[in-house]
Amino acid sequence: MATAVFTPKPHQLADEEDQRPRKNYINVAFTAKSWLLTVDHKRIAILYLIGVTLFFFVGGFFAVLIRLELITPAGDLMQSETYNKMFTMHGIMMVFFFLIPSIPAILGNFLIPIMIGARDLAFPRLNLLSWYVYMIGGVFTFAAALLGGVDTGWTFYTPYSSTYSNTNVVLTALGVFITGFSSILTGLNFIVTIHKMRAPGLTWFRLPLFIWAHYATSLIQVLGTPVITAAIFLVALERIFHIGIFDPKLGGDPILFQHLFWFYSHPAVYIMILPAMGVISELITCFSKKKVFGYSFIAFSSIAIAVISFLVWGHHMFTSGQSIYAGMVFSFLSFLVAVPSAIKVFNWTATLYKGSVSYQAPMLYAIGFLGLFTIGGLTGLFLATLAVDVHVHDTYFIIAHFHYIMVGGTIMAYLGGIHFWWPKMTGRLYPEGWARFAALVVFVGFNLTFFPQFVLGYLGMPRRYHVYPDEFQVLNVMSTAGASILGVGYLIPLIYLIWSLRYGQLASANPWNATGLEWKTPSPPPTENFAKTPIVTEEAYEYTPLRPQGQEAEVV
Amino acid sequence: MDKDFHIFPDRASTLAGQVDTLYYVLTGLSVFFAALIFFLIYLFAVRYRRRSEDEVPRQIPGLLQLELAWSVIPFGMSLVVFFWGAKLYFETYTPPDDALEIYVVGKQWMWHIQHPSGPREINQLHVPTGRPVKLIMASEDVLHSFFIPAFRLKKDVVPGRYATMWFEATKPGIYHLFCAEYCGTKHSQMIGSVVVMEPIQYQRWLSGGDSGETPAVAGEKKFQQLGCITCHGDKPGSRGPSLKGVFGAPVQLQNGDVVTANEDYIRESILNPHRKITAGYTPIMPTYQGQISEVVLLQIMAYIKSLGTTQK
Repeated sequence: MATAVFTPKPHQLADEEDQRPRKNYINVAFTAKSWLLTVDHKRIAILYLIGVTLFFFVGGFFAVLIRLELITPAGDLMQSETYNKMFTMHGIMMVFFFLIPSIPAILGNFLIPIMIGARDLAFPRLNLLSWYVYMIGGVFTFAAALLGGVDTGWTFYTPYSSTYSNTNVVLTALGVFITGFSSILTGLNFIVTIHKMRAPGLTWFRLPLFIWAHYATSLIQVLGTPVITAAIFLVALERIFHIGIFDPKLGGDPILFQHLFWFYSHPAVYIMILPAMGVISELITCFSKKKVFGYSFIAFSSIAIAVISFLVWGHHMFTSGQSIYAGMVFSFLSFLVAVPSAIKVFNWTATLYKGSVSYQAPMLYAIGFLGLFTIGGLTGLFLATLAVDVHVHDTYFIIAHFHYIMVGGTIMAYLGGIHFWWPKMTGRLYPEGWARFAALVVFVGFNLTFFPQFVLGYLGMPRRYHVYPDEFQVLNVMSTAGASILGVGYLIPLIYLIWSLRYGQLASANPWNATGLEWKTPSPPPTENFAKTPIVTEEAYEYTPLRPQGQEAEVV
Repeated sequence: MDKDFHIFPDRASTLAGQVDTLYYVLTGLSVFFAALIFFLIYLFAVRYRRRSEDEVPRQIPGLLQLELAWSVIPFGMSLVVFFWGAKLYFETYTPPDDALEIYVVGKQWMWHIQHPSGPREINQLHVPTGRPVKLIMASEDVLHSFFIPAFRLKKDVVPGRYATMWFEATKPGIYHLFCAEYCGTKHSQMIGSVVVMEPIQYQRWLSGGDSGETPAVAGEKKFQQLGCITCHGDKPGSRGPSLKGVFGAPVQLQNGDVVTANEDYIRESILNPHRKITAGYTPIMPTYQGQISEVVLLQIMAYIKSLGTTQK
């Protein structure tokens, strides 16, 4: 621990930095137009970073109000209708405008072309369009919030959403509808890019696992998103024109909506977690200086997750009145989808074995991810177990479980990834001490917020409750206390990362001594990424010994 | 505020103990695997911490046997849990034939409960111990979910169809009744209590107070008021089929299909009579969609059942 790297060493700086100041993608032009009409994937990634961060703090603001309200059992901070809008807007903002785009649209956009040795994505203009579509969707949804909000829950369950709610359902739905196209376009762009634009020598099995994870994610985005787009469109049709699709009074079927919604929204969970898994594979290998254990198992487990994730949607409907036998099939498949996730966790753990493990901030986030994702994944098995799900469905147990996966998993990996590639993206180093401190605060705050909710859920506290019986108060107060710590944990990186843009130390091309093409180009990279197209001759994660080790290499 | 604080819910049904056992097993397995992974991460991270910037460890590409072991063994263990949970789920949602039937109607934001012998309740359900109770539930408006944590049981109440669930209470007491499916503004106030009583107290409760008419009697009145009796009056040459003994019996349809006259079929035949026409009759019945409430519908259902049922 004592020898951990805080600053780049002079000899590392020497490699690529001798031409400084040089042109890179940031200083190539400074006008607003050069940003807003850019087709450079790196600049678009920065645009996404700004948009996503904005929506994250909007969603976080709603979460703060929710947790404040729940300190006491009575509804004393706001009206029930307002509370219902808060959790709805929190869910919609976080799911559709933070979690789904966060890692793919920022880190994926920035890194995929560089990691595969390309100059840009296959369709740079389409990429810019994705960002505009995303922002327009976000603005619609945000406008709906300002104009009075929406109270259907992020799930838009019918017939409440299509007939009964008196809030801005259509405007919000339009925002989600629009942003779906952004997701489809990004996925399409990634798939084509990964297929067609890999550098010479970069075969599929030499790709970083980050690429495999994003490939799997893109498949889901392209195949799944149209379904929710259609489902939301149908809700709007029923709401505006009273066409009977979901409301039984008009001859429709409310369960049909749940099938359509979850057919996308369960795979969407994997849109959120697969890229996170890709990030973790990169972090674990780099900070243990080891080839990842079981490369092909991790790679194919991403594909397996993408495929099986389309077959498990019914596990959201065990109590809804779907056939008992359908429930059993979905339960079985849900146990099956846990296997590839477990394979990844075991492989990451095995990668540490006999490694050279250092504890820089990104690695702390990665280890935090392993802990929280393991708990989130294991509690998922409780929900896959039919009889247990009947009790804990729609309680705080569910809330705790999916926050462990999405917040504990995706956000930990997102922050780990942002720290890891920050020097590459900005050319600056962040203050390492603060970064480690923030990782610790987030981890502690997160567990204090969400672990009590498992207990609350098994006790029977239903989700989406504005007022609740007195006996649930102690656990709710613990949860709110944790949320305050978590909130601080998210603000600290915001502050020092912005600070580092101006005051951070200059980063070398490869501050972590990592493998991968992105570390072979300067930080920040030039607009064209590489002066000349790299030719790849080695496997991924080749950490070759600098001098002979004391022992003979064994054949494993 | 902490006098009621506990970390485990009451256990008041035959199901509760079984779900808890499964929950303990899952918790045990989870703690084992989490502890194993956390211990290994801790061990490796400390033992193999970086000692010098220049060191590069020996590379290990992977090991097929290990991959298979940690895929197959946990999956095998989880299959045991799968079968166990599935079996219990099947029992949870398959009511016994001799269950006491109670009607429940959910609407924004209250639970309306109708006992077969007459009493009606709002947001309260009195049930005896030691006897299976089957709830037949309908919704007037949006989705609701009838959730009794002490019974480890819930079921969504979906508009446009009947939902059923059953339980056998074991421990007298007063337990939470929650609506678990978000249903609008006062969702969190769509709560009440389930009062579990010894059979003797339950009988006393049933006979005490103004019990009102039974749903079957009320349904018979509605059957006459709404004019159902004109065509379904069980006279020879009636324009509609006789309803005597129809409940639970097979019905031959005009299109050749045979359906069982269960609750959902009768409901559909009242609200949407043209969808399934009994063979030998003309589709002349008007629809009652939007004309009668779920409560009245359940009363008519009780009346039709009282005309005799055919065992499945």
